[in-house]
Amino acid sequence: MTTTARSTKRKPAQIVDMSWDPITRIIGNLGIYTKIDFANREVVECHSTSSLFRGYSVFMKGKDPRDAGFITSRICGICGDNHTTCSNYAQQMAYGVKPPKLAEHITNLGEAAEYIFDHTIFQDNLVFVDFCEAMVKATNPGLLARAERTDAPRGDVHGYRTIAEIMKAFNPFEGEVYKEALKVSRITREMFCLMEGRHVHPSTLYPGGVGTMPQPNTFTDYLSRLMRVIDFIKKAVAMNDDVFDFFYEALPGYEEVGKRRILLGCWGAFQNPDVVDYRYATMNEWGRAMYVTPGVVVDGKLVTNNLIDINLGLRVMLGSSFYEDWVNEDPFVTHDPLGNPVDMRHPWNQTTVPVPQKRDFDGNYSWVMSPRWYHPDTDEHLALDTGGGPLARLWSTALSGLVDTPYVKATGGTVRITLPKGEKLPETTLEWKIPKWSNTLERDRARPYFIAYAAAMALQFLEEAMGMLRSGDTKVYENFEVPDESIGCGFHEAVRGVLSHHLVIRDKKIANYHPYPPTPWNASPRDIYGTPGPYEDAVQGQPIFEENGPDDFKGVDIMRTVRSFDPCLPCGVHMYVGKGKTLSTVHSPTYGANHG
Amino acid sequence: MTTQSGTTEAKASSGFDEITILWISEGMSCDGDTVSLTAAGQPSIEDVVLGLIPGLPKVNLVNKVLSPSLGGEDFLAPYRAAARGELEPFILVIEGSVPNQNIIEGDGYWTSFGNDPETGRPQTLNHWIDQLAPKAWAVVAAGTCATFGGIHAMAGNPTGCMGLADYLGWEFRARSGLPVVNVPGCPIQPENFMETLVWVLQHAAGSAPPPPLDHMLRPQWLFGKTVHEGCDRAAYYEQGDFSKDYNSPKCQVKVGCWGPVVNCNVPKRGWMAGIGGCPNVGGICIGCTMPSFPDAFMPFMDEPPGGTLSSMVIRPYGAVIRRLRGLTNDMVNHEPRWRHNKRRLTSGYDPHWRA
Repeated sequence: MTTTARSTKRKPAQIVDMSWDPITRIIGNLGIYTKIDFANREVVECHSTSSLFRGYSVFMKGKDPRDAGFITSRICGICGDNHTTCSNYAQQMAYGVKPPKLAEHITNLGEAAEYIFDHTIFQDNLVFVDFCEAMVKATNPGLLARAERTDAPRGDVHGYRTIAEIMKAFNPFEGEVYKEALKVSRITREMFCLMEGRHVHPSTLYPGGVGTMPQPNTFTDYLSRLMRVIDFIKKAVAMNDDVFDFFYEALPGYEEVGKRRILLGCWGAFQNPDVVDYRYATMNEWGRAMYVTPGVVVDGKLVTNNLIDINLGLRVMLGSSFYEDWVNEDPFVTHDPLGNPVDMRHPWNQTTVPVPQKRDFDGNYSWVMSPRWYHPDTDEHLALDTGGGPLARLWSTALSGLVDTPYVKATGGTVRITLPKGEKLPETTLEWKIPKWSNTLERDRARPYFIAYAAAMALQFLEEAMGMLRSGDTKVYENFEVPDESIGCGFHEAVRGVLSHHLVIRDKKIANYHPYPPTPWNASPRDIYGTPGPYEDAVQGQPIFEENGPDDFKGVDIMRTVRSFDPCLPCGVHMYVGKGKTLSTVHSPTYGANHG
Repeated sequence: MTTQSGTTEAKASSGFDEITILWISEGMSCDGDTVSLTAAGQPSIEDVVLGLIPGLPKVNLVNKVLSPSLGGEDFLAPYRAAARGELEPFILVIEGSVPNQNIIEGDGYWTSFGNDPETGRPQTLNHWIDQLAPKAWAVVAAGTCATFGGIHAMAGNPTGCMGLADYLGWEFRARSGLPVVNVPGCPIQPENFMETLVWVLQHAAGSAPPPPLDHMLRPQWLFGKTVHEGCDRAAYYEQGDFSKDYNSPKCQVKVGCWGPVVNCNVPKRGWMAGIGGCPNVGGICIGCTMPSFPDAFMPFMDEPPGGTLSSMVIRPYGAVIRRLRGLTNDMVNHEPRWRHNKRRLTSGYDPHWRA
């Protein structure tokens, strides 16, 4: 809370309870419960809860480990393939098998298409409804009037004259870009299916490689579709930059919306087939060779990009969740393959015992646990977030400065992405610069830039795959034996950010399996130490810019913050109780109707 | 066995001009069926919502993922209205399996959808189904979880979840007289779902009979054939020529494909717009459309027990046939001898020839 207009004159609090449950335009069950101080126009408190439990780590026990990629895909209906990929990475470590290089290219191409598809449909059909003409008219009519008078600086790229015209193009089911994005989401899913068989649960991914037949048409069919959407991607970046720059300019202080300390995690994406061998001992080398660099970024500084450090720092906390603790169970893994001790709260040692119970916002209120990353230098259990995925990926990659390819270059402070000539627009180099804040608009802005990133990397993977094919190297699968006893870990970037799979095999069966997708990190409730989850930081204390009062309040700024994280799984948030007196209770804000 | 749905108890369709789709994805689900739905192009969801397809009622789609609403009560309003009997007609679509609330003592819940406005307590999926299914004009289960229980109903699961017809009873009939309409698939093949929805909507408009469903309440025209019957690798099977690992374009029954006994049209139809698939593109069929999925098919990468016998039986026949076809193939790979550039025509042409 730093805007001058706000901080100088603090008025007596006028607190109203507001809740949104279920949250729409996300994937999964999420409810947000807030107290809003309308006198000072800020959120003073927020509880968030997720209400779905299915129990993957429970029912996977005792199953054949080779089934894990097929099963875990079903965790998520929009990024399930990320789970299959990550599971196969973990299994490949456990089985000691390295897939042929061409299989890595095919997997990378599939995952690149997933990023392009998912970020596009989420940004244009889900997130941007919060920025569209119809929504802005209902929440900030003054802002819309200004948008109508404001020329769009990048109109030469995207073709829209004013900011309001861009907003209109995002009106649901009617706007031009909204409808085009749906079509682009289909073309890009076709690209995905060419590599991974079907969407979203892949059919052709296996531990040890892929079943995709590498033929010239496999790659030219992908390439021709990619080139068909390349101009759409350039325009998307330009349109997003125009709208978000306009918000900063038209609503001074908007950078405070959804802002939190820079605590970002990225577990790396796109394996480099020349380096990766899936051995734990060499995980630092092949992790750093990935085409999206893993890393933990704290207060703008890179703490580590070593996947072994990242792995050993993982802790799963309880504190506000519907589970029995496992601290008195026998550990599954006491030491990693290098002899480093593994914590009892590490996913390798977790035991999930669900205890359904009454929701109590002062006690346990969510099915989500609280993953944290232990920072050995400061002895803190950090509530890392992913910035929705793209923000952390670009930030970590930019700071690490390791990615240096024909299409994508990390410079230390920026990421430079070059896209070739398309149908109408020329070759274009986009530069994502490390932003000043980790906030709502920057999470949203990073998304189209990462779409461009994935498209650019796909061009490189295509070239390398075609080269191998032309030289007659078409092997895509390597055989393996399932060992009696083994462990494995997989690190990948799901669309929404960090994804890890931890596997323990005993008697050739799954003894323990814990997938940790990004949303448990982002949406976690307070842990046993009272550390708030990332949503909490982001929503807590955020100013309200909506022009409506309590009676017709829609909460668009809060929803923009929640959606900027791209929630996709059962998730929960809990914020500490504010000091203001509750004057009235509104169960859920609606368009003009008070449901008190 | 076939259930000619609606033919016995169906009330005559009144031919609605407008209908609401109330979609609840708060079952034991991943929202993958909603996401898959947006991949359909034949027709697309916007084609249906914007009224491009002639002969359908006007459709009001209420779906969490696509809703323009900000959420909460604003989003729940049509569900509440329908529960009060103030919104009809509507089609109830359930995504995800239905957990067993009876195994929970006290106030816990496996999944919820909004809160009770009086008490503020979470309202379970089961509560909503109990309220809405009896009032719905039709009830549709989207995905293998909602139809039969699916992956979340796997052996060893803690929630005791089940399919919608297990919960409502297989004899359940909606107001239209239709039983639960099951569209299995993990996820739903996009166009299979849209096609079923279009038929149900045409039925609602009074322009089509009830959709023909089989004994597991699946659309017959989509699930009447097996994967194998539509698989373009089936010829390798007939010739006794099998993949030994996943590097091969041949039939995959010996490396895990259950296609010969699974009801699904994906290899024939492709995944979307004819692209992709399962065994036709190198992905073993794991039986994800079936009532016994996943347990009957695991471990997925092992040869199905029945595959051992049939592939052994076909092998000698296949080897002979393959050899003979090889010879014939060699023959038809040669052009006739009269195609040449010599000075004399040898095609047999005779200008004065009469029959």
